[in-house]
Amino acid sequence: MHAEIRIQTDDFDMGHEWAACRKRCAGSAGAVVAFGGLVRDRAQDDSVRGLYLEHYPGMTESSIRKIVDQAATRWNLFDVVVIHRVGQLAPEDQIVLVLVASGHRANAFTACEFIMDYLKTDAVFWKKEARDGSDGWIQATAEDRQRRQSW
Amino acid sequence: MTTTATSVTTMVCVRFFASLREAVDREVVELALDESSIVGVRAKLAELLTNAQFEAIDAPGVQVCVNQTIVRGDVRLETGDEVAFLPPVTGG
Repeated sequence: MHAEIRIQTDDFDMGHEWAACRKRCAGSAGAVVAFGGLVRDRAQDDSVRGLYLEHYPGMTESSIRKIVDQAATRWNLFDVVVIHRVGQLAPEDQIVLVLVASGHRANAFTACEFIMDYLKTDAVFWKKEARDGSDGWIQATAEDRQRRQSW
Repeated sequence: MTTTATSVTTMVCVRFFASLREAVDREVVELALDESSIVGVRAKLAELLTNAQFEAIDAPGVQVCVNQTIVRGDVRLETGDEVAFLPPVTGG
């Protein structure tokens, strides 16, 4: 299984990552599923001016690796790429890419959703939202915790 | 022949992240510990920080890591160990 976890300030090119994944598992993979997370420009009733993401270098990658390894075993994945951006982001920016390849679509869809749900609760990141009203560190939502528990 | 007892101070690096970094107004401190444990780190931080700052790192939900592994309760520390105080993570 090929697994790549990258934490970076730079943007990423989903098309490039998709093509590289296809090439790596050409012939064996019957499905590639990609999820891209974007910065919204609104939260509740406020305008969002930006999002700042902080991580713990080393520990963050390990926390994601655990999630990826669980998914790879459970859904027989051939290839997983997780790219997560940190630093200052603006509305419309890409935040995260999860790319999963498997033999069949059901495993790929499910594994991609599982990884993303776990990333939202277990990955070592902190997010600070700059709103028109005020700036503040975001708390994990009840919905995120419920989705994680559903697995 | 006599031997002389020597006492070696344990030096650790303590890191604070996100809201805790802001609360304590520092990202990293080097501490010389009298007691080589998390209890010793807390004792030193209680001297170094204001009451409000110490309450922030002592709040429920704050996790303590040693060398990037979450620990619960007290653990022994050695020179060169990295201790980190993490607020609840909010994920990606």
